Amino acid sequence: MHASHARSAISERGRYSSLIGCPVCDALYQMPEDRAGRPTRCRRCGHWLTYGKSTALTWIVSLSVTNVALLVAIVFLPFLELRAGQFDNAVSVIDVVLGFSSGIMVPLALAVLAFILMLPLCRLLLVLYALTPVVLGRQNLPGAERALAWSFLLKPWAMAEIFMLGVAVALVKLADLATISIGAAFWMFVVIVLLNAYQDTLVNRHSLWTALTWQR
Amino acid sequence: MAAMISAREAGCVVCQTCGNVASIHEERCPRCTHRLSSRDTLSEQKVWAWLIAGLIAYIPANIYPMLLTTQNFRTTESTIIAGVIDLYDHHAYAVAIIVFVASILIPVGKFVVIGYLAILTRSAHRTDPHRLLRFYEIVEFIGRWSMIDVFVVAILTALVQFDVLASINPGIAAVCFALSVVFTMLAAQSFDSRQIWDRLEDGAHHG
Repeated sequence: MHASHARSAISERGRYSSLIGCPVCDALYQMPEDRAGRPTRCRRCGHWLTYGKSTALTWIVSLSVTNVALLVAIVFLPFLELRAGQFDNAVSVIDVVLGFSSGIMVPLALAVLAFILMLPLCRLLLVLYALTPVVLGRQNLPGAERALAWSFLLKPWAMAEIFMLGVAVALVKLADLATISIGAAFWMFVVIVLLNAYQDTLVNRHSLWTALTWQR
Repeated sequence: MAAMISAREAGCVVCQTCGNVASIHEERCPRCTHRLSSRDTLSEQKVWAWLIAGLIAYIPANIYPMLLTTQNFRTTESTIIAGVIDLYDHHAYAVAIIVFVASILIPVGKFVVIGYLAILTRSAHRTDPHRLLRFYEIVEFIGRWSMIDVFVVAILTALVQFDVLASINPGIAAVCFALSVVFTMLAAQSFDSRQIWDRLEDGAHHG
């Protein structure tokens, strides 16, 4: 279904509340509130303006809680273990980051730490901060809007799923050199990546923002 | 179909972060407090600046070694290309293709596509906007995946540390390559997708 035309709404000057704009191509639409609960696409560029899943919010919050718990556990559990002859080396995700911890590589170590752990964690915490009160029916916490905005801005920089594919490539590269066994943290990481992917299908900017604003 | 109206024509601005519609005179979005701009007038300059920075970092990333492998007191250096060839020689064709696509095809494709979009939208054009948008979306979505090779180096370095017998260390190209990916991601984000429609010549296919 497409959003209806905006021209009539603009004539009532100063009232923008029922208007929704496409962030991709700048087209403007009128969106009655009863329609915001259904899926809507931009007629010009096809961008999804709303997904219209009413239970999506509860799902997003509970998935975020699960993901935070898994991410914290990952740091302390073994990730991969490599055995070659009498040598044995078990590493955690933190050890992977510390691989770059010498000399000129230090900034890269920090960047990798941010890409695979810190930014995914920040995004989850920002989403929880902004949306948990909405789900519980409480008053918004101060700065909730800003927190949600930042969670969107950080999205392209959270690269947990790319890291997983990196692990697969590394395993193939080492296949003839040594025996590698996969630790608990590895499977947790897989779960996080899958949950994140599912969460992304639920997240729609307009729906989240309307939920947050109705609260006020 | 009736002609579409854009937010700019209606005298308002769409917030790029939250999709809120605000008056064109607002500096910051009343909803999410993010800075508003109807069109990013510096977009073109930013795109070129980040793109050139990414290109500069991409050159040493290919020339210098990505991995330093020490085995039986001998150290061998391997560049990105050497890594791909090595995988191919070990008959790991699928992985060789993944690494080739992520480290060579995607970065080079990104330079070409972002440059093409920036040049094309400088002046009025008649190219199908949906095709241009598709290009842009692909570049924005796929760009981050180039980072895979940097993660592979980090994982190998952490796993293979058996002193002189066998150890793997990162080479300087890992830093250059990571920088190149970050710069080109910023270049893609600097591109203002609304320009695709602004500069569409009258009479060209809208829709």
